Amino acid sequence: MFDYSFHWRVALKALPDMLNGAWVTLETAALSMLLGTMIALLLTLLRQQQNPLLRHFAETWVSIARNTPSLFQIYILYFGLGAFGLHVSSWLALLAGITFNNAGYLAENFRGGLKAVPDTQMRAARSLGMNALHAYRLVIIPQLLRIVFHPLSNQMVWAVLMTSLGVIVGLNDDLTGVTQDYNVKTFRTFEYFAIAALLYYLIAKTIVLGARLMAWRLFRY
Amino acid sequence: MFTTSLTISDLLFMLQGAWVTLQLTAAAMLLGTLSGVLCGLLRAGLPRASLPLAWLLDLFRSVPLLIQFVLFNSLKSIAGLDISAFAVGCLVLGIYAAAFCSEIVRSGIQAVPANLRRAARSLGMSYWQDLRHVVLPLATRVSFPGWLNLVLSVMKDTALVMWIGIFELLRTSQSVVTRIQEPLLVLCIAGLIYYLMSLLVAQLGNRLEKRWQEND
Repeated sequence: MFDYSFHWRVALKALPDMLNGAWVTLETAALSMLLGTMIALLLTLLRQQQNPLLRHFAETWVSIARNTPSLFQIYILYFGLGAFGLHVSSWLALLAGITFNNAGYLAENFRGGLKAVPDTQMRAARSLGMNALHAYRLVIIPQLLRIVFHPLSNQMVWAVLMTSLGVIVGLNDDLTGVTQDYNVKTFRTFEYFAIAALLYYLIAKTIVLGARLMAWRLFRY
Repeated sequence: MFTTSLTISDLLFMLQGAWVTLQLTAAAMLLGTLSGVLCGLLRAGLPRASLPLAWLLDLFRSVPLLIQFVLFNSLKSIAGLDISAFAVGCLVLGIYAAAFCSEIVRSGIQAVPANLRRAARSLGMSYWQDLRHVVLPLATRVSFPGWLNLVLSVMKDTALVMWIGIFELLRTSQSVVTRIQEPLLVLCIAGLIYYLMSLLVAQLGNRLEKRWQEND
């Protein structure tokens, strides 16, 4: 039944390349989180507007991002945009797809967080003579980010896990892409993917730990 | 400009893929809920002793699903098991769902006030009676929205099984794209189907939730 010999030594030789891939993965995830957070803040503000066009635009974005698979979103950016003559690279499609997804999920989190910031904060800020932009930037958003910090760090882990989808649209320099490259060269599927799984686990745990340290450092009164 | 070579049979093919997606979701959720409730009860009842279980389940939450599919698929070949790709897909998705479900169940059980359980025990209920008649009905109501979210996320994650060669909705639409070369149209239809399925599940869930609240 079990006549398979594991070749870990060969697989371990690929570790430097895979670590490089892990760095690309981390970079992509971090970039998509940064962009996603900014877009999500914008969407949260748009959803509160009186203008129905802006509000519906934000609502549509959020509901599409939350109700379709992230792989589908990457697909439509990679294959679908060709209909308009836009040919994006697989990395760009991956980044845009994850950013779209992150923005949708985070906007929903931010909406909940915004409810937890008391209205009086805004009124107090305005009565101190701040304009709306100042009040948001200096009073509301810092408090909002404190409330949504935990969902934010969760979403960062999700973003890292989502970057593994890049391999399906042909990305070959992130962690999964490098692993798949070695896999098709040697057919040592189990060994390579086990190492990749371990690396992903370590990345996820590092993010969780880092977030905990950051929360401890940032949020003490 | 508005001509298309998409035929009815292509659409039917895609709907068949959607049916596979639904089957996968149902099978994975069945497996995931049963084992998730079991693990969640263990986690809530014996928090110290079931710590290794928590670490194991955490592993499934921190590794990309795509990699889990590939790993299990190759493990199947290594062990010489003769099961279909569909079964592998169900199994992996089921374990993945169980990992999340156990957390949902655990937090639901912990949301039941300890005094309520003490009251139940002091009325003469046994541990199991207390669990069955007091804790579980209350915990179900607390954890149901989380469980519904899990169903929706598992339904979306079924898209990844295409990597191990199962023809579900996204894979079927890809092969239709390969044939008629109109990616935007076909993918939009696939997205619409996903959207409608999510909407349907969410609606059913909301109705159930409302009915429960009426009885309270």
